[in-house]
Amino acid sequence: MDPGSKQSPEYSVSELDRKARFVVLFLIMSGVFWLLFGTLLALVASLKMHMPDWLAASGWLTFGRVRPLHLNTMVYGWASLTGAGVALWLLSRLLKVPVMLRGYIILAGVLWNIALVVGSIQILAGGSRGIEWLEFPVSTMVVIVLCVIIMSASVLMMLAMRRVKQLYVSVWYLIAAFLWFPLLGLVSSLPIFDTPTVQAGMNWWYAHNALGLWFTPIGLAAAYYFIPKVLGRPIYSYGLSLLGFWGLALFYNWNGFHHLIGGPVPTWFVTISISASVMMVIPVVVVAVNHHMTVVGSFRAVVNSPTLRFVVFAAMSYTFVSLQGSMQALRSVNEVIHFTHFVVAHAHIGMYAFVTMMLFGACYYIIPRVTMREWHSKSLIKWHFWLTAIGVIIYAVALQGIGVFQGFAMIDPDVPFTDTVTMTVPYLVARSVSGILMAAGHLIFTWLMFRMVWRPGEQPATPLVWNKIKEEFAS
Amino acid sequence: MTRYSILLFGIIATFLIAMFGLTILPKIFIDDAVKEPVYFTPFEVTEGHKIFVREGCIYCHSKQVRPEGYGADFERGWGRASVATDYRNLLPHNLGTMRTGPDLANIGARQPGRDWHYLNLYQPRAINEHSIMPPYPWLFEVVGEEARPGRDGLRLPEPYRIEGKKVLPTDEARYLVTYLISLDQQIAGVD
Repeated sequence: MDPGSKQSPEYSVSELDRKARFVVLFLIMSGVFWLLFGTLLALVASLKMHMPDWLAASGWLTFGRVRPLHLNTMVYGWASLTGAGVALWLLSRLLKVPVMLRGYIILAGVLWNIALVVGSIQILAGGSRGIEWLEFPVSTMVVIVLCVIIMSASVLMMLAMRRVKQLYVSVWYLIAAFLWFPLLGLVSSLPIFDTPTVQAGMNWWYAHNALGLWFTPIGLAAAYYFIPKVLGRPIYSYGLSLLGFWGLALFYNWNGFHHLIGGPVPTWFVTISISASVMMVIPVVVVAVNHHMTVVGSFRAVVNSPTLRFVVFAAMSYTFVSLQGSMQALRSVNEVIHFTHFVVAHAHIGMYAFVTMMLFGACYYIIPRVTMREWHSKSLIKWHFWLTAIGVIIYAVALQGIGVFQGFAMIDPDVPFTDTVTMTVPYLVARSVSGILMAAGHLIFTWLMFRMVWRPGEQPATPLVWNKIKEEFAS
Repeated sequence: MTRYSILLFGIIATFLIAMFGLTILPKIFIDDAVKEPVYFTPFEVTEGHKIFVREGCIYCHSKQVRPEGYGADFERGWGRASVATDYRNLLPHNLGTMRTGPDLANIGARQPGRDWHYLNLYQPRAINEHSIMPPYPWLFEVVGEEARPGRDGLRLPEPYRIEGKKVLPTDEARYLVTYLISLDQQIAGVD
């Protein structure tokens, strides 16, 4: 199709933001609600790991139901809804067209939230589907997938009506995310995986791809947008962007079976996934170099801009967690760390230190522009950053540290199994402490968001954050 | 990129190829071997499996044994390596990814006694004071000592005993324990 065809008029940036306002705020604020709920579940689950008799009278709050619900609300509530809001805003800016089908997206968002509530009650009542990352009943999943399909339709319409000739690298990732995730969700809901080991294969193909083909593209799209945008300079290399994108598309798809190393599936499937996991080093290093070379020389701006602070932390976490993941897929490493807390921490570096921090950073940029207000307090943003950053670092260091020892103890038949449990308990307590830090950060974030959306007329007299950056780059 | 047809094609193609490779191909390779109705699964076992899923046991107990020489699964007495046919009848799969507690693929051979399981489910610390497993009191009922004559309550150690009461497993606890005891990988796997 001819780019910039007749019907769509030119829009200014502020017009685009004004049109996107309600949709984007609705999706992001829904996500923030699920972030708080998911955090509460996380704290309950974490405390139960070292206080097993706490809240143990009723099945509704048993660890085996709270923990999967924590994962599901964070994944399909917080990260998916907020991620979709961020993605739609980015596309509107990058394609220079308003978000399409806005009314339908609001409707989809409402249905999505209802599905989450229903699914949550079902999990707590004991109706989990029992497949990791897919604990929500199929009904909830199907509703979520249909809602994403509405958004995908909007995205494809925006693509068709675009007012730009070049598709920026963030657009590639976002288009991919909005095509991959509905397909993933649909395939995972098909009733054809009717024998246990085949279902296990589908399970880990899905779970790994939910991160790799939905959250990772959104996160990388945000990094590719905000780093050059805030710094006011182009991305370092177009060629590297291209290599990074197609490398991810080719290799990430094939990673799932590395969760089944040593398991009851034909070895050659596992070997394919291990190879693909190692190949992921290429797109990861390429993206890291591309981002690093863009930021290099401007690290002052990372200190001053709340968006960049979060985004750069998240981008570095992406590099770290991905390289770690490639290493974990090796059989010799996997023998030790499989089935330990090391992997739990690895998942949190991915979903939290990368995806969640990236979304925080994106919110700090987007919300002032769609609400036309300034952030209430600069110091609270700093508190938010340091509480969550230090929280997730404690989480990762404590659990990955002890995870290695737990793994070596577990593969040594002379160590009684109980010892592999007792040695972890102090670190499970440390994890609860880190969870409290992150929860405090989330409360601050929610308070800041709340003031932006519902408390007009109390803006500080001078803009807090933008001026700093302007000064930095005016010279 | 200016040509979005190539972009869309690439996105869909990379996805479909990998989907075929990791979901459909395993189905073709594994399904036939495991679909033979080799066992009849008793009602108590299928019900027990549902409770196993409902209470989320899998988040701490894997149910897959790695081959001898890879990890210490065999040396720990968790049984021979699991094969696809070990899981033939029960969905969802319970392979698991975590060993906060020990692997359960062979638990029926390691702990064949029902009373041990009842005690462990009612109060894990009555068996192992270092256990961090949650208790499952809703699978049990506490009744007066005179009630249900002929049925003995759980033999609880001192701090967990309730004066003048006895603790009896409900049907759900009985199904769950039947299921756990059915998990036995001493018998050779059909591969």
